[in-house]
Amino acid sequence: MENRRAVFFFLAPALAAIGIFFVLPVAAAFLMSFTDFDIYSLGNFQYARFIGLKNYLQLLNDPLFWQALKNTIYFLVVGGPLSIAVSLGSALLLQPKMLRLKGFFRTAYFAPVVTTLVAVAIVWRFVYHPRFGILNYVLSLAGVPGIDWLGDPHWAMPAIIVMAVWKNFGYNMIIFIAGLQNIPGELYEAASIDGAGKFQQFRSITLPMLAPTTLFVSIITMIGYFQLFAEPYVMTQGGPLNSTLSIVLLMYQQGFRWWNMGYSAALAFVLFAFILAGSVVQSRIQRRWEA
Amino acid sequence: MTSAGRRIDVRWWLGITIAIFFIAYGCVSLPSCARGASASDVVFWAFGVEGEYVSKLIPEFERRNPGIHVRVQMIPWNAAHEKLLTAFAGGSLPDISQMGNTWIPEFNVLHAIEDLTPWMAQGAAIRDSFYFPGVWDTYRIDSVLFGIPWYVDTRVLFYRSDLLAQVGYPRPPRTWSELEDASARLVARSPGHYGIFFSTNNEWAPPVLFGLQKRSSLLKDHDTRGNFSGPEFADATREFYKFFRNGWAPVKTTQIVNVYQAFAEGYFAMYISGPWYIGEFTRRLPDSLQNAWMTAPLPGPDDSSSISFAGGSGLVMLRTSNHKPEVWKLMEFLSAPAQQIGFYRLTGNLPARLEAWHDSSLAHNTYAAAFFTQLNNAVALPKVPEWEQIAQEVRQHVELITMDQLTVDEGLKALDRKVDIVLEKRRWIAHGE
Repeated sequence: MENRRAVFFFLAPALAAIGIFFVLPVAAAFLMSFTDFDIYSLGNFQYARFIGLKNYLQLLNDPLFWQALKNTIYFLVVGGPLSIAVSLGSALLLQPKMLRLKGFFRTAYFAPVVTTLVAVAIVWRFVYHPRFGILNYVLSLAGVPGIDWLGDPHWAMPAIIVMAVWKNFGYNMIIFIAGLQNIPGELYEAASIDGAGKFQQFRSITLPMLAPTTLFVSIITMIGYFQLFAEPYVMTQGGPLNSTLSIVLLMYQQGFRWWNMGYSAALAFVLFAFILAGSVVQSRIQRRWEA
Repeated sequence: MTSAGRRIDVRWWLGITIAIFFIAYGCVSLPSCARGASASDVVFWAFGVEGEYVSKLIPEFERRNPGIHVRVQMIPWNAAHEKLLTAFAGGSLPDISQMGNTWIPEFNVLHAIEDLTPWMAQGAAIRDSFYFPGVWDTYRIDSVLFGIPWYVDTRVLFYRSDLLAQVGYPRPPRTWSELEDASARLVARSPGHYGIFFSTNNEWAPPVLFGLQKRSSLLKDHDTRGNFSGPEFADATREFYKFFRNGWAPVKTTQIVNVYQAFAEGYFAMYISGPWYIGEFTRRLPDSLQNAWMTAPLPGPDDSSSISFAGGSGLVMLRTSNHKPEVWKLMEFLSAPAQQIGFYRLTGNLPARLEAWHDSSLAHNTYAAAFFTQLNNAVALPKVPEWEQIAQEVRQHVELITMDQLTVDEGLKALDRKVDIVLEKRRWIAHGE
């Protein structure tokens, strides 16, 4: 008994921190999503009303929300797999034991992850510049006419995706490298004795053995990519024609630009529901695949 | 670890640690403890370039007022609004702050800013007749004065005088029909180029200015509903749309990446913007073009004087301040003609005080003359906290109209529906009172 109390006593600071800084704000935000808390309410609390599900209903009727959802899913569906493929590819490239300068390449590929996004954004804005950018210059050598990458509603999201993949693949690459190192070398030896080629080895050994790693990486990537915010915030501010407006960017605009806190909180919980559903579906699929 | 004494020891140390933590925390949150000896400072928030340059005027103020110390804190423009709101929520507002005049309604709703009428009555240093009436009005809500104009801006027409002269306009177009005619001639003379450029992809000002020309009130029913589908704004939008339908203004605005360059190339010959473009054009246009551009008051629907909106920044006194008399002294100082001129010379911001416009440095600036005329015909935008959000809706809906995604009538009806949703809270509050 004495022991249990002591345990609780030692846990108390951590629990208090979690309670004050996590549980309480989340609960408050959840309550807020049922109110019309706005700038008037900040001045005078009597001007906040409980409005039930009205924020959520208004959300469903807001074309901007659907636009933001569409953009976010576009980013997720194209950018997510692309990012994982690039991470896996680079991890495989850096895998061979005899590779020279391995440490250098790992550092180089990981560098974008730890670079400040704002600095990265400035460089990428130069890259994407329609008239003086290096990307359009390279394309012009191949005879492709210049594209206004960030100014054209059709190309802005692909441009953001490429930049986000470049910025983030290094993190997953490190996880994949760790996963690859956990695959016993004997499996490959046995396979090559049996006459399996490199591709067969990859398909029948590497991929299945990496399944838990891939599940982890894909869930983490999905959660991260659902919360797309910083890239469009610094590159395009959601434009042109809202083609890069993401759910979190919309939430930010509603909350901190227009001060519609209730509406913004409702958006946050809708996003939470999407991420939860996505994670559950992904782990179900993986489990069935493993079974 | 079995001995009871030891365990008490641990709790004892833990308790002390927590106590120290809370004392330290309390100290940080108590202004008197954190600021220490500097508690008598007047804290002044100014934004961007203004913050940088106003510091140069402060030593003179401190010399004239021994015992008052002003601490200028520079806030970047794009963070200023959020910073003020979070400071309000956190109870750490400054004593005096610069404030964009469209933010006044919002901070009035928050009861964050002081009524300055009683302060004004104490002396004769500041009178409403010293200022442009339209500008002064932006700082008044329900006849209560919440700010003193510091510097002003409004929108005028910037044009290439050489190109317009070539198509028979040695003087700028004064009416909408002249604007149409000049644009049509410019396009006819050099196909692939345009008469005028409206950046509908990121600016709400042009369609709103067209509406103001037609004397649209923008909002109606005591600013609780949109009035954009009303006849005035609808007429103005039809006029605005004409420029896109006839190819006088580019529809695909994103093709223009650099306004200065496109203006220099003659890709378009006219552009509506504010006083900061005087500096930008002077700096960025090649020397050969420096005598080839000018400013003019906005063209209107007929010969009578055209309307623009009154922008700019003012100085506000925060209600939470403990240094209100000192703050008022600083406001009087910065509003004196000499300081207004000094600030204009430092920043290029147009002075709010009428008297300052007689100074030679401003009277000789030919680009500023159009602004003086226009400022005398400038009006306040709707004084509601939601204005910025409404303006974005105007921009988005008018952009859809110019791109032929919606007709003028459809677009403006949809706009009013959206604006009515935004203003729902105002209707509820007005109804309760």
